[in-house]
Amino acid sequence: MATEAFQKIYTKINSITKATCSLKATGVGYDELATVNGKLAQVVKIMGDEVTLQVFEGTGGIPTDAEVVFLGKAPTLKVSDQLTGRFFNAYGNPIDGGPEVEGKEVEIGGPSVNPVRRKQPSELIATGIAGIDMNNTLVTGQKIPFFADPDQPYNQVMANVAMRAETDKIILGGMGMTNDDYLYFKNLFSNAGALDRIICFMNTTEDPAVERLLIPDMALTAAEYFAVEKNQKVLVLLTDMTMYADALSIVSNRMDQIPSKDSMPGSLYSDLAKIYEKAVQFPAGGSITIIAVTTLSGGDITHAVPDNTGYITEGQLFLRRDSDIGKVIVDPFRSLSRLKQLVAGKKTRKDHPQVMNAAVRLYADAANAKTKLENGFDLTDYDKRTLSFAKDYSDKLLAIDVNLNTTEMLNVTWGLFAKYFKPEEVNIRQELVDTYWK
Amino acid sequence: MATKGKVTGVIANMVLLAVDGPVAQNEICYITTGGDRLMAEVIKINGAKVYVQVFESTRRLKIGEEAEFTGHMLEVSLAPGMLSKNYDGLQNDLDKMEGVFLKRGDYTNPLDEDRIWKFEPLMKKGDKVGAAAWLGSVDENNQPLKIMAPFGLKGSWTLKSIAASGEYRITDTIAVIVNDEGEEKALNMIQKWPVRVAMEDYKQKPRPFKLLETGVRTIDTLNPIVEGGTGFIPGPFGTGKTVLQHAISKQAEADIVIIAACGERANEVVEIFTEFPELIDPHTGRKLMERTIIIANTSNMPVAAREASVYTAMTLAEYYRAMGLRVLLMADSTSRWAQALREMSNRMEELPGPDAFPMDISSIIANFYSRAGYVILNNDKAGSITFIGTVSPAGGNLKEPVTENTKKVARCFYALEQERADKKRYPAVNPIDSYSKYIEYPEFKEFITGRIGDGWIEMVNEAKTRLLRGKEIAEQINILGDDGVPVDYHVTFWKSELIDYVVLQQDAFDDVDAVTPLERQQEILGLVTGICRSEFDFEDFTEVNVFFKKAINLCKQMNYSEYKSDKYNTYYKQLEELLAAKRVS
Repeated sequence: MATEAFQKIYTKINSITKATCSLKATGVGYDELATVNGKLAQVVKIMGDEVTLQVFEGTGGIPTDAEVVFLGKAPTLKVSDQLTGRFFNAYGNPIDGGPEVEGKEVEIGGPSVNPVRRKQPSELIATGIAGIDMNNTLVTGQKIPFFADPDQPYNQVMANVAMRAETDKIILGGMGMTNDDYLYFKNLFSNAGALDRIICFMNTTEDPAVERLLIPDMALTAAEYFAVEKNQKVLVLLTDMTMYADALSIVSNRMDQIPSKDSMPGSLYSDLAKIYEKAVQFPAGGSITIIAVTTLSGGDITHAVPDNTGYITEGQLFLRRDSDIGKVIVDPFRSLSRLKQLVAGKKTRKDHPQVMNAAVRLYADAANAKTKLENGFDLTDYDKRTLSFAKDYSDKLLAIDVNLNTTEMLNVTWGLFAKYFKPEEVNIRQELVDTYWK
Repeated sequence: MATKGKVTGVIANMVLLAVDGPVAQNEICYITTGGDRLMAEVIKINGAKVYVQVFESTRRLKIGEEAEFTGHMLEVSLAPGMLSKNYDGLQNDLDKMEGVFLKRGDYTNPLDEDRIWKFEPLMKKGDKVGAAAWLGSVDENNQPLKIMAPFGLKGSWTLKSIAASGEYRITDTIAVIVNDEGEEKALNMIQKWPVRVAMEDYKQKPRPFKLLETGVRTIDTLNPIVEGGTGFIPGPFGTGKTVLQHAISKQAEADIVIIAACGERANEVVEIFTEFPELIDPHTGRKLMERTIIIANTSNMPVAAREASVYTAMTLAEYYRAMGLRVLLMADSTSRWAQALREMSNRMEELPGPDAFPMDISSIIANFYSRAGYVILNNDKAGSITFIGTVSPAGGNLKEPVTENTKKVARCFYALEQERADKKRYPAVNPIDSYSKYIEYPEFKEFITGRIGDGWIEMVNEAKTRLLRGKEIAEQINILGDDGVPVDYHVTFWKSELIDYVVLQQDAFDDVDAVTPLERQQEILGLVTGICRSEFDFEDFTEVNVFFKKAINLCKQMNYSEYKSDKYNTYYKQLEELLAAKRVS
């Protein structure tokens, strides 16, 4: 895009808060970018000739006579194949020492896909982890977060999923990531020789919080380029969306908006939905799948961020340390993949849905038996069998270190059924029992 | 001359305009920016300062850009040809839009003006014509649709001429009416109606009483909804709201189904228009899509249009009800609609009510639900709108404004419960907290007795009591232990489990189990009640467990089998044998 021949420079700022500043200016468009003493800012409110700018880096050190220049465009990213293997900051500038990317400049946060131009997702993403593939099968075009406490190994599991999944591109959007975790991802990608399919947009805890607001849109704009123009299967990893929401609440607070639940802006649902709904399966074959992380505070999923997220995403994955086997497992009760029925029993063996449900039901019976035991009651023979089953099931299938294909997972489960139960105790269709009972 | 305005302020999708003439509350205007025309609706007026909510992204909108007012409120166009369509919240035909992405300011015609219809007149020259009178009919997807006189028509009008039976477009004049003053109106097949105004051209709205069969046992058997009834489904995420709603919209015995996907996931809408064209309406044997209209305003589409979408859907429903049809309207989710109201109220800096929702949220919800109902039309025919909305309570807490205010107006309450969902007891409708007020209506009792026979309501109430008793005993067993309670407590508990597993739980993804016709529901409840009323002889509680698990397994195998098939009969026989061995005569 050619630079405007004439750019008016304003030098009188009327008011400054921690995240915003206001000045009198004319001819300014909503959402437009500006620089304030060289710092990037975006128009968030126009009232008459008074324009309010959100300064991404924060307003520290900005004087009232700072030079303000409006750029006449919303935030953009240059997209091309050159993005591949590169690491960028929230503005889409390289942070890996490499050259600037040449390509088509597109506005980030672009329009939504017409729902009638979407295709129903139907392609399984295999991860080898039975807690995911069997109980909560992932599908291309899906959006699903890990709901995890900060001490859980969600980034490692997510990285594992990304490396095992068969995709053309993996785009990592890091928001408020610790530098250590950033280096973990960077080393993992480099060592696995995966740089030819990685793109990274990174905002670490060392960067200003408000900059994070650009990360998801940057990552997804790049994703849309590869999914739409190149018909590629793109996996987008967004971690951590709670940090993103925190940045939203900072900005809305500075703009004197009335907060709704948990000090979050009233528009939180729409703000998050705009990001997650970029997940899509296109009829031409390209797709965008989003796996995100929403960190919880003490496992509380009623907090506004996980709560709104749960209503938007197509399921959620919970990790839990199982003290009986001393391993981290994918929690079968609270985890859910809403799209699993599009592939379970269709792209996988036909006994998949019933086996999955029966196993979880028996696991629930084991949980009841455990409560009984803890309350000091005698266990029935059935109770004892469910407990033994639960331990095996947890160790051989739910643990995150499992790596099997789905048919193996089903066979292992039938084996466990036969080891501990009688056919009438599992409540599965008779034809399936006749075929697979061992 | 049309009123014009200039942009004086922009905050997200709320725009301030300075106007040069008269403006009405809720009037529609178009703001021109960078070659796009953005539709907007007036939401507040303060002198020459007018607040509008823009139904599109306001990116790059500038101070001083011009707006032109239209002189009318947000309205929809109503005519034959709307069935099977996919609309957005403002009734734009989504299939007519070009490209993969939605373009700002792209408005498409909701109707197909070139389509030819076979028109049959129903009235003759000289007949008196009242509002919504049936002038003629056309056939759409084997559904006889009425061509009606304008809604809201006032005064005394007579039919001056009417088109002969033949082929016409919706834009062709099919009738001319004249009033006492000699004023003439030429009518075509198109009606326009403002979405925020209820269409009330009917004679009366009696209490509804006819069962609306959904094929979902926990609804039809336990807490039935009726034609023209209202219900709502609150539930935390992951408890199966959408699956239940889709099941109802697939199976319900309605002539027209309108689904308003209001601020929900786009993939759920994709599921509807991928599957519905393939699925068969169990009642008519025709394609489901032929009776379905989708209003898709998914969560990533503009917020203001989301708010409008439920009104658009209701107005379409009223159009079909005025033809004497049974309409089922589903809105998923009304909470997203309420949140859209909250976002706007917040931007207008109104004083917030509970949870930052606008103060009048309760009356907005009540007014909306009251537009549903069973009506007797002016020609004494009946029509109905059954409305079922989902509610997505924040944090799964039912003590939040949208759930509480909906509970005040909706007559059926289907409480989805996290605990049941965790245990995979689907549909996760809590049988004890949920209710249907209709089951208490004497009109309903009379209807259901005529349909099924005596004793039905008694059996249903008995099942409910057993479920409640079972829950109480489960708690006692948890505290006292299996040995700490008498054996007959275990029997009572397992009888409630039998009802739960066999009647309540239903596999929405199983070909047979997904839909249970009323006759089969009658058989199931009869069977289960028979077992529950029997006395059995057990030594100890382990024997009780084993016995009932076997009984439940056999009943479930029956549920999975084609009704009265050989397989079904075999399982039935096995069940009889099992029962006979332990029954005390």
